[in-house]
Amino acid sequence: MTDYNFAYLDEQTKRMIRRAILKGLAIPGYQVPFASREMPMPYGWGTGGVQVSAAVLTPDDVFKVIDQGADDTTNAVSIRRFFQKTAGVAVTEATTEASVIQTRHRIPEEALREDQIIVYQVPIPEPLRFLEPSEVETRKMHSLEEYGLMHVKLYEDISQHGAIATSYAYPVKVEGRYVMDPSPIPKFDNPKLEMAGIQLFGAGREQRIYALPPYTKVVSLDFDDFPFEATKADHACDLCGADDSYLDELIVDDAGGRMFMCSDTDYCGKRRKDGHVGAQGVPYQEDAA
Amino acid sequence: MYVAVKGGEKAIDNAHAWLAEERRGDTAVAALSVAQIRQQLALAVNRVMAEGSLYDPDLAALAIKQARGDLIEAIFLIRAYRTTLPRFGGSAPVDTDAMVCDRRVSATFKDAPGGQVLGPTFDYTHRLLDFKLAADGEVPAVPQAPIQTAPTPHIMSFLDREDLIQSEPVGPETPPDLTRTPLELPADRALRLQALTRGDEGFILGMAYSTQRGYARNHAFVAELRIGAVAVEMDIPELGFAIEIGEVTLTECETVNQFQGSKTQPPQFTRGYGLVFGMTERKAISMALVDRALRWKELGEDNLGAPAQDEEFVLYHADNIQATGFLEHIKLPHYVDFQSELELIRKLRREAQTMQEAAQ
Repeated sequence: MTDYNFAYLDEQTKRMIRRAILKGLAIPGYQVPFASREMPMPYGWGTGGVQVSAAVLTPDDVFKVIDQGADDTTNAVSIRRFFQKTAGVAVTEATTEASVIQTRHRIPEEALREDQIIVYQVPIPEPLRFLEPSEVETRKMHSLEEYGLMHVKLYEDISQHGAIATSYAYPVKVEGRYVMDPSPIPKFDNPKLEMAGIQLFGAGREQRIYALPPYTKVVSLDFDDFPFEATKADHACDLCGADDSYLDELIVDDAGGRMFMCSDTDYCGKRRKDGHVGAQGVPYQEDAA
Repeated sequence: MYVAVKGGEKAIDNAHAWLAEERRGDTAVAALSVAQIRQQLALAVNRVMAEGSLYDPDLAALAIKQARGDLIEAIFLIRAYRTTLPRFGGSAPVDTDAMVCDRRVSATFKDAPGGQVLGPTFDYTHRLLDFKLAADGEVPAVPQAPIQTAPTPHIMSFLDREDLIQSEPVGPETPPDLTRTPLELPADRALRLQALTRGDEGFILGMAYSTQRGYARNHAFVAELRIGAVAVEMDIPELGFAIEIGEVTLTECETVNQFQGSKTQPPQFTRGYGLVFGMTERKAISMALVDRALRWKELGEDNLGAPAQDEEFVLYHADNIQATGFLEHIKLPHYVDFQSELELIRKLRREAQTMQEAAQ
């Protein structure tokens, strides 16, 4: 792959993306249009995140990629390999060691620091999209701060189900101005959106970049009498015993038996290494595989 | 006791190895050469060039081979390659008046200067399987006509002289480039045409067909359909003039559509336009119909709410690489989101059940 530039994209393209990122950081939560390129991976598979990562990576960075919280998910493997090949950057599975983390659908359990960047892959950047399919209309709604439709939707949820029936990609309001889609993270992760690290969101197919500077105020939309609630499965991790992490549910036998384990594999592994053992776990051993 | 699922890396490697083996197929059967694909599957090559937006038959043939004949996958390979290519500059507009036509038909005039030339068309073939092809693919020698050197004037130019057809305003010197700037609406006609020519053939065909069936019908006649080679010229700053840098085969379709007019404005026919790389006439005709449907505002027509009139709908959904990527991404893991849905639905059901029991 020596024929390609560092991190695949040419320098002109990276500059164009960096300008969009800077604009995004200057107007938190605002969706900046950018001339998304065709990447050698399919649209919808993280091309926006990949372009943002390519624009922020430097040769000294340590890169981590997670999908569903795990480093070993096939698409995370594929994206990590892409940058190993095209940028030659060091990679890690440890959240604390990474300087740039690209993620799909999760925020790591461990709080990020000021010297870390997290890049989200975004399928549909427009929080109002499923209320109004036209982009022309939704851009108008954002510029007029016309978010009544969103509150009506949340209200209708409550009147029909007795609760807000959105469990992931839960809309947030940024610094009291823009309503933003936090990408399809479970609402459990929403409180973590107020963090020390820089958060960048890339939507390749939809040609949008947006961002949250460190310590930006991010409020999950709710009502006074129906406050936002970050939820997870009412269990502890069966491998490491953690009761504060987001859990995946697995079907483990033909009778439909279930078990729960941390979705953040690095967090889980670290806890097991520290001697924590869950109900169905085994004491930690170095991986043979 | 449970050991966490691992092995993504290994699974990917093995899947790729299997894919390579499947692509090759039975090794007792001779491998297909890129030259064979280019020569004998030329229409597939043309589609890949058109929707890949890259005129290179050898690369398109290679992409088809690598994609095991999946044309959308081949288009994807070409697009991904195309973005890495440096831009040397823009060519001068190609002059389709000077096209060396292999095929040129008009549905509006029985004859016109340049004549009707059927060319190598499937039209009027009876669609009967030719079992002889299964045995041997050789063809008898074909009679040759002398090469036409005189330019073939556009049929539309004859209507133009009588002022029967609306004249087109001259656009900006350099049209916008869909692949370098984000699509923002409203789009001008040059940008729409750009999106249509690289759009999915099936999608554009379906949109065009819907106009014929009454969703914003615009009564299209194919004034002219021409296929042939045109020279590509580029200004070379060092030389100070344009030189020919190559030749591309194009399909061009011009339609004459229902007329406009009022008490003060004499009626005039309107136009639709299609221009596509290679021999791709289904696509070029479809493109002309959709182009015409999208011009409703400029021509002072009513918005009938038809899909083919909705520029946002057409432009946002015509690209098969965007569409297939997003569609197929739903097979990626979504268990985190599904988990949160599971919890929510369990909670809602619990609450509903408690209410029900309380009511009984």
